[in-house]
Amino acid sequence: MNIHPLLIELLQFATLLFVAPLFAGWVKMVKCWFQGRSAPSIFQPWRDIRKLLSKDVALAENASWIFRFTPYLVFGVSVMAGGIIPILSMDLPLSATADVIALVALFAIARFFTALAGMDIGTAFGGMGSSREMTIASLAEPAMLMAVFAVSLVAKSTSLSQMALVISQGHSLLRPSLVFALLAFVLIALAETGRVPVDNPATHLELTMIHEAMVLEYSGRHLALVEWAKMMKLFLFVALGIASFFPWGIARHEAMTAVFMAFPVLLLKFGIVGVGLVMIETGLAKMRIFRITEFLGTAFLFATLGMLSYFMLE
Amino acid sequence: MNIELATQLNSLLASLILLTAFALLVQRRMNALLHLFAWQGLLLAVSTAIVGYLGGAHDLYISSVLTLSMKVVLLPYILHKLIVKLKIHKEVETVVNIPTTMLMGIVLVIFSYHLTAPIRELSTLVTRSTLAVALATVMLGFLMMITRKHAVTQIIGFLAMENGLLFAATSATYGMPLVVELGVALDLLIAAFIFGMFFFHISTTFDSLDVDQMARLKEED
Repeated sequence: MNIHPLLIELLQFATLLFVAPLFAGWVKMVKCWFQGRSAPSIFQPWRDIRKLLSKDVALAENASWIFRFTPYLVFGVSVMAGGIIPILSMDLPLSATADVIALVALFAIARFFTALAGMDIGTAFGGMGSSREMTIASLAEPAMLMAVFAVSLVAKSTSLSQMALVISQGHSLLRPSLVFALLAFVLIALAETGRVPVDNPATHLELTMIHEAMVLEYSGRHLALVEWAKMMKLFLFVALGIASFFPWGIARHEAMTAVFMAFPVLLLKFGIVGVGLVMIETGLAKMRIFRITEFLGTAFLFATLGMLSYFMLE
Repeated sequence: MNIELATQLNSLLASLILLTAFALLVQRRMNALLHLFAWQGLLLAVSTAIVGYLGGAHDLYISSVLTLSMKVVLLPYILHKLIVKLKIHKEVETVVNIPTTMLMGIVLVIFSYHLTAPIRELSTLVTRSTLAVALATVMLGFLMMITRKHAVTQIIGFLAMENGLLFAATSATYGMPLVVELGVALDLLIAAFIFGMFFFHISTTFDSLDVDQMARLKEED
């Protein structure tokens, strides 16, 4: 029995919206275990979002439409990206509308507006956060595109569904270009989602925060949307990594059993990635901000070597 | 182990050797440099053994064991002893602008790819594609000798270059004759001892192993 592709798309949106906070909760929980603290419930991010949604918005007097519009845009962009990346199935109607380059551009739009909103109110922290975020972005984005190109060279396509399909049919992971691209992708994902060696997601210490500094002025439902979008971004990057490097288990066609079998595999992969992420985060200290050029320079190096080794060695 | 898998494994090892070459280029700490150099030697030894299996050239096994004993155990051990004795084991070297050095490294890789492209077309060996990586390793070792100022780091760069040469020989022609390789290994060993003596002299004369200090050697105008 087959499921209509549009229904699969809806299933993906639902998965994204509901599992992303769960994944954030899982990462937090494992982190607490690693650090010998007692962990909050895995549903805690959910409760936070619900509580924030029911609160009033405190808006600065000089806030312009950009400030009010940004949370909705960032949220919308994240949800849309969830329709493009093959999370449950590779047969997505929306994936024909946008390839992986458009996906990077989507993330860039969200970041652009967040940075504008950070400067909109005119507080010192907002401007500082925006400036830092754009510095990181200007280094991370070329590396991200290079890593993506290395994978699309192997797959001979920039469509994410096609990439996942080709990689899942290929019989080996020993391809040097994919190994390099994976290394680069891990580094970039850490930078883009604001995890530990680059940014500390848990800090509100003035001088070290990057992403938090930009969204410091948000409250109420705006903050809920921004936080939710941030969790979705983490989820989406993990999903993108899984789809490009470990796509086994994602349904290849619209058979109902395949789509439903994809779900537990998905949860298992996310569980493992969560533990890996926590190991990185507890094992490393946050870098000085001026070291980030080297960190992302290394990512760029890996990505370029991935592309080169496709030509040289394969 | 079938041929296809072995070829793939060899490509992977080649890319890892390239990776260690880049890591050597940007690493600041002396001890980490030694470890990286030992890792590169280990990868090279495994790769040589695999090429020996692929090409049926059994003297490559001896070359592999030689690489393993010299470059993974003996040379890093000697260098480590030297570093401890000269009390520079805690030294963190200042490297000039790492991202720029990396970009230069990438340019060198592309250059060596272009340089070896005609050989790839002519050669019929299964390992012909790793020749570009081997040449790139030589170039990166060279770049490391140019960009670093510390004498010990320059020696590691030199040894990394030699690794690249050995790798080039195995991938281009299934290895040099065994006599030559034995000779090179012996040379390296002697060189390591001579380096050691030079280090002692440099450090007693200048109180430092920074080769910039040697500018003081020239006559006053």
